[in-house]
Amino acid sequence: MGASDRKGRAGATAWKVAGLAVLLCAAAALPFLVSNYRVFQFNMVLVYAIVLLGLNILTGYNGQISLGHGAFYAIGAYAAAILMDRYGWPYWVTPAVGGALCFVFGFLFGLPALRLRGHYLALATFALAVAMPQILKYKHIEQWTGGVQGIVIIKPDAPFGLKLTPDQWLYLFTLAIVVVMFAVAWNLLRGRTGRAIVAIRDHPMAAEAMGVNIALYKSVTFGVSALYTGVAGALGAVVVQFVAPDSFAPGLSINFLVGIVIGGVASISGAVYGALFIQFVPNFADQISKAAPWAIYGAFLLAFVYLMPGGVAGFVRLAWMRLRRTGSATSTAPQGAAIQDRRTT
Amino acid sequence: MEAFLHQVFSGLATGGVYASLALALVMIYQSTNHINFAQGEMAMFSTYLAWAMIHAGLPYWWAFALTVAVSFVAGVAIERVIIRPVESAPVLSVVTVFIALLVIFNSVAGWIYSYTIKTFPSPFPEQPLFGNRFISSHELGVIGVTLVMLAVLYAFFRFTPLGLAMRAAAQNAASARLAGIRVGWMLALGWGLAAAVGAVAGMLIAPLVYLEPNMMSGVLLYAFAAALVGGIDNPFGAVLGGFLVGVLENVIGAYVIGTELKLTVALVLIVGVLLVRPTGLFGRVFVTRV
Amino acid sequence: MKRLAMGMLGLAACLAMQAAVAQKKYGPGVTDTEIKLGQTMPYSGPASAYGAIGKAELAYFQMVNEHGGVNGRKINLISLDDGYSPPRTVEQVRKLVEEEQVLALFQTLGTPTNTAIHKYINAKKVPHLFLATGATKWGDPADFPWTIGFQPSYQAEAQIYARYLLKNKPSAKIAVLYQNDDYGKDYLKGLKDGLGDKVGMIVAEASYEVSDPTVDSQVVTLQASGADVMFTIATPKFAAQSIRKVYDIGWKPLHFVNNVASSVGAVLTPAGLDKSTGLITALYLKDPVDPQWDKDPGVKRWHAFMKKYMPEANVADFNFIYGYAAAELMVGVLKACGDDLTRENLMKQATSLKDVALDVALPGIKYTTSASDYFLMEQLQLARFDGKRWVLFGDVIGK
Repeated sequence: MGASDRKGRAGATAWKVAGLAVLLCAAAALPFLVSNYRVFQFNMVLVYAIVLLGLNILTGYNGQISLGHGAFYAIGAYAAAILMDRYGWPYWVTPAVGGALCFVFGFLFGLPALRLRGHYLALATFALAVAMPQILKYKHIEQWTGGVQGIVIIKPDAPFGLKLTPDQWLYLFTLAIVVVMFAVAWNLLRGRTGRAIVAIRDHPMAAEAMGVNIALYKSVTFGVSALYTGVAGALGAVVVQFVAPDSFAPGLSINFLVGIVIGGVASISGAVYGALFIQFVPNFADQISKAAPWAIYGAFLLAFVYLMPGGVAGFVRLAWMRLRRTGSATSTAPQGAAIQDRRTT
Repeated sequence: MEAFLHQVFSGLATGGVYASLALALVMIYQSTNHINFAQGEMAMFSTYLAWAMIHAGLPYWWAFALTVAVSFVAGVAIERVIIRPVESAPVLSVVTVFIALLVIFNSVAGWIYSYTIKTFPSPFPEQPLFGNRFISSHELGVIGVTLVMLAVLYAFFRFTPLGLAMRAAAQNAASARLAGIRVGWMLALGWGLAAAVGAVAGMLIAPLVYLEPNMMSGVLLYAFAAALVGGIDNPFGAVLGGFLVGVLENVIGAYVIGTELKLTVALVLIVGVLLVRPTGLFGRVFVTRV
Repeated sequence: MKRLAMGMLGLAACLAMQAAVAQKKYGPGVTDTEIKLGQTMPYSGPASAYGAIGKAELAYFQMVNEHGGVNGRKINLISLDDGYSPPRTVEQVRKLVEEEQVLALFQTLGTPTNTAIHKYINAKKVPHLFLATGATKWGDPADFPWTIGFQPSYQAEAQIYARYLLKNKPSAKIAVLYQNDDYGKDYLKGLKDGLGDKVGMIVAEASYEVSDPTVDSQVVTLQASGADVMFTIATPKFAAQSIRKVYDIGWKPLHFVNNVASSVGAVLTPAGLDKSTGLITALYLKDPVDPQWDKDPGVKRWHAFMKKYMPEANVADFNFIYGYAAAELMVGVLKACGDDLTRENLMKQATSLKDVALDVALPGIKYTTSASDYFLMEQLQLARFDGKRWVLFGDVIGK
């Protein structure tokens, strides 16, 4: 435990903060640098990033596998569409409503799910994803959901007379929500709550012995995770301007799970990498082969899982550590002791 | 009453279909502790192989036997080559690999064989047994073959040293290794067996639903449900679960809620069963040791 | 002699060029050598069977290009995968319109997918031509002047069946099997509208999901209703299952199958030709597997096309005929545009077709559109299956 090590760690944090600031500036500048179509694509990346973050809280940190988050995404999206289309609500309230609604649904679903473990839970949640399109089509709620035809939403213009295209404005709006959601998640996960959530995953009995109320924590985690997904669902509906049962096929839920594995399980930054993957790789696969785009997509999946077992986030972390190590070893050779020191901590 | 009986028999027939694939799922679970999402697509691909052989002029039973053999080898090969690298990886990575396999098999089958439906011959007589109108000979055949497979597999896992070794390898790899069992190969063997069982299931299912790349997506869903209801680690339970789901689904659709929500209601019931018995009706109850 | 001819040809070409330059007007995506079109298709995902349509169209344009293109311009169709998922359709169509700058969209496939881009594409004033879906909403020139459909609308087809029943079997008890989505429900609505105040003739309805393994249970339910007329409104696989099950349980209703599921090669053969005998449908395209068209010049051209440009493909797949017909129509419209290849003129030409006949459309069926009538194909002819082929009967019905 040398003083230099502490200094090094503070330095690392400073680096991280600086890096994050640069990244954020870049993200905010992006809509002014690329075409509206690209802005739309990156907007979807932001939306997916929120979903993946929510799913990661549940599956990555808390260890409850969900193959049903597409259903929560659908609930958020339909809440937004129905409020805007049928009741004339403004778009900017809908993420809050979608999120709140999904929190309730998620919490309620989380209660019985307490009894299920591992594969059973995964498949019970998958049942939810499978049933969702059929429920949305059901004739007795057609007057709200629009049945099989879905609901078309009008894209909002930029407010306050800002000289922005609707795409640019919506992107910035989403980005602001992303920043808030990520900050909240980061705060939640690094503190007491986060440690309890992880402890339930790794050592449930020990956690219980330490006084963690497992049942409550697990169902609230389910609710929070669904809340994130619901917020994203509402945003996604506004961005795409359309909801229909076909938009929320079971494949969507599977895609989300793939997203967190590729991005990095139990990692906050992993949500962004995963979102980039599920947004861009399918198009890329389509460009390579019209005959069998899914085969190319599958090959990409395999390649990522083999080459980056810890997801992209894990890979980046490793690369960063190696870079720093070689960097400090060459530039400041006398500090070799500090490196040694770090290894022992 | 006749209509009701008809629904029940029709449910038993589709239940046999679910049961046969559920059996393959249980097979992999018993030997590797994983649920293979690609099981249905692997079975579909095996069926295409059989179709190609029959199309090339091979007699049915030759094609049948060859397909089972080839599928077994392919299953072993997939485990050795594709699953092996993630053997000790977290369960989510393995699930992702399964999903990758699923989309690859589906896509490649469509690419090679196109998406138009194809007929697949049945080895059973065209005329229904005893001239009944409730169930065709092929449907009875499906049920029969599934039950025979079940008995054989049960005997294999219960009474043969190899079967015992496979179970040991899945349940406690470390101890099994100490007892001299080559765990890696046991896993591969499990994959081979599951692929072979899946191939038989595929060849039984195809005459009923027609052969096409997406033929298994619906069946797999119900097979999952069947395996869960019955208990994913119990072949008997899975088969029984298959029949249960098949009949339940028909009766609900025809008499209770109508067809528009029958899938939803069936799933709710299954989750309901799981809440009362979290490891399925016949599943082993987990005891966690601290 | 040869040189002289060449010279003359060169001169003629020069003159033609000058004439063309004088009146050339190009919209986005058009140059002297290329016309860029775009489309989305489900090449992946559960609807990938329809990807065959896109492949046939790509092949058709390749054929046209190899024969000199349209007025010297090659057609470049950019066909993108949307996996039948509306959000991805929005994304891909924005790519086509904003990045690739296509002149028009051609045969984007699916009802929900096209609904998702309907408003956007009309706001952008991009021709949205010949959609590969039979929903009724694509013929609405007042609100959506840039969108025009292709095939007969599902509702129009269902109404033809309804009229036939009212006339020939007014006391029928009808059972309907339909797919639980926009496609099935559109037909069902058409059937009910067509029956009008006789809608009580429908005694039973049963739906199925695309994820259902079989429709056996539904067929059994419908039989129990005591109906003597059966409607199967399904995609090929489920239609084949339904035809077979109806026969196997000894039910002998007057059985209608919708046009989408009428392919002899892809539906009736798998179901069993003997089990399909007596089926009724409505047709607008020739079935290439049907022997009655063996000597038909249009179908012969289609076979030659398939042999040369899609040698691996399964000729029993009805999607290839469908794609061929749509592509043929598109080339015709582009030809009619001449050198005025603006979006406005393209739309104008597409909506002022007069008595256009297609290689693979039934004899006697001609296509006409106008600025106030966007319904391209409303003509169909009833046909009964005699165990080998569809036997057309009655007149061509529709406008």
